[in-house]
Amino acid sequence: MDGLFSRYRNLSALLLLLAGQLILLAWQIKSNGETRLLRVWAVTAVTPMARGMELTRDGLGGFFARWFMAGKLEQDNAQLRRQTAQLEIKNQLLQEQMQQSGRAQALLEFRSQLPSKSLPSRIIGSAPGVQSGVFILDRGSLEGVKRGMAVVTGEGIVGQVVASYPTASLMMLASSQGFAAGVTSQKSRTRGLLKGEGGTCHIFGIRNEQPVDKDEWFYTSGEDRIFPRGLRVGQARAVKDGVDGKEIEVRPIALDGDFAEVLILLDAVHGQIPELATPSNPDVQILDAPAPDQNGPMTDPASPATPGEAPSAMRTDADRIRDHYKRVVESQNFQVGTTPYRAPDFNRQPAAAPPALAPATGAVPDNQAVPVKPSPEPASAAKVPGLISQPSQRPKPPAQDRP
Amino acid sequence: MTEFNDSVVHTPPGRMRVWSFRPFTWVLLPVLAILFQVYVPRFFSFLSYLELPLLVTVYFSIMRRQPPAGALTGCLIGLAQDSLTFIPLGMYGIVKTVIGYSAASVSLRFDVENSGLRYVMSFGFFIAHQVLFWALSHMLLGAHDDFKLPQTLIAAFLNGIIALPLFQVFDKLKSEAQ
Repeated sequence: MDGLFSRYRNLSALLLLLAGQLILLAWQIKSNGETRLLRVWAVTAVTPMARGMELTRDGLGGFFARWFMAGKLEQDNAQLRRQTAQLEIKNQLLQEQMQQSGRAQALLEFRSQLPSKSLPSRIIGSAPGVQSGVFILDRGSLEGVKRGMAVVTGEGIVGQVVASYPTASLMMLASSQGFAAGVTSQKSRTRGLLKGEGGTCHIFGIRNEQPVDKDEWFYTSGEDRIFPRGLRVGQARAVKDGVDGKEIEVRPIALDGDFAEVLILLDAVHGQIPELATPSNPDVQILDAPAPDQNGPMTDPASPATPGEAPSAMRTDADRIRDHYKRVVESQNFQVGTTPYRAPDFNRQPAAAPPALAPATGAVPDNQAVPVKPSPEPASAAKVPGLISQPSQRPKPPAQDRP
Repeated sequence: MTEFNDSVVHTPPGRMRVWSFRPFTWVLLPVLAILFQVYVPRFFSFLSYLELPLLVTVYFSIMRRQPPAGALTGCLIGLAQDSLTFIPLGMYGIVKTVIGYSAASVSLRFDVENSGLRYVMSFGFFIAHQVLFWALSHMLLGAHDDFKLPQTLIAAFLNGIIALPLFQVFDKLKSEAQ
């Protein structure tokens, strides 16, 4: 046996190393165990170096910028009068400051408008590997960053935190292999799944019949539980019908710009997907929406006016039934939820609505058999969840409603 | 190949010189190569095609001419690279172990100080590195990405070009082993 090992010494060493790493890999994959210690050491060792290099780059860049700027100003001073030169110096310094702070300022403004709690962060490096698509952020678990958190800029989504270490975290770009997010189109609200494919992204899960236009905007849908709803993703660059559904190519808009500074969403809050603004046509005149009528609000003639509540033209049958029950409860001075084993008498009709609004709006008092079309038994307490019906007092439904 | 065949192969004395490096160099070059990958592509994205840790692995392996040492070098550099990514530890480690071993084995047969051969080796080992990594990702991690052959060929070409001057610089750090 010893002779065999010594004869194939090289091969044995190779096999030993490969076997060791395969066992390590298998252990990680099978047990889903994280070799956290080694990674923490590596990232913690690299982070100060990357930070140092970043500071050095900033310092050198600033030094050379100031140096060149000073030389230019000296020339200007020689040519122009003293007062003008001083003003130019001030102006240029201000412009420089604005350029430097512009990006950060935009991010801060976006942060103030964002409903989610966020943490500004800076990219200080990229994970090794040919086009790995993973970047190192300078914020880690000590500042509350956790794996799975969304990373955004004012432009839109950038990526997702895939690992968090005490002093740094790793962010996977939205265009990387393995990235996925739920998205919704702005115009038709078609839902799909955005997947990164290295460089570009494609949206899957949209059938060919569903309408999606080229250049249509996509927003996060919030269904992935990673990105809150309403964050901008990008425009559909190419849309065509495919075998398994529509083939939609999207380039995340945030990746087109500079995303050296990003926001990590610590406590994401869902937002709204903005409505599509209709482009104005200069050849067509469209009036502004009318102001509310001062004499009386415009209400649906079929909807009863509820005291203390502004009537709306967009009332549904469910709203009217809810208002009816509310008035029934209020007319009996019943405190819902305070008295156990008791329920108000829903068969007793409430007092009529204030007559002041009825003539003006044409509203019908609710005790006069409101014609509610979709529901054949609108006043039946047994149809309302959470209410106990009383068979002895329950009115029989009209005969024409029975089959 | 048998011992008889080995003795028949004509090997000029200059070809089998074994080079060694200071311990400082063994540590510094891989660390710099990994730091390059961590930091530089942030500002020059086209440089993300450069696989400097692989080139360092190949260089150390062909200079030492010892397959076990080459495999160990590749293993350590690969594991260090793995630890900075989110993929399981061992993916780059296995790939670079094989590459280090192969490079050292090749160096036993050829004159590795020839620039043409160095270019061919860098080109070939880069492609082997990418193919192995892709295959391992598919087999062990269940990845479903496609292998991008045109991009890999272009990247291999660029890595080969970069390897020539880089190896020349590294040559300044070597000293002949006793």
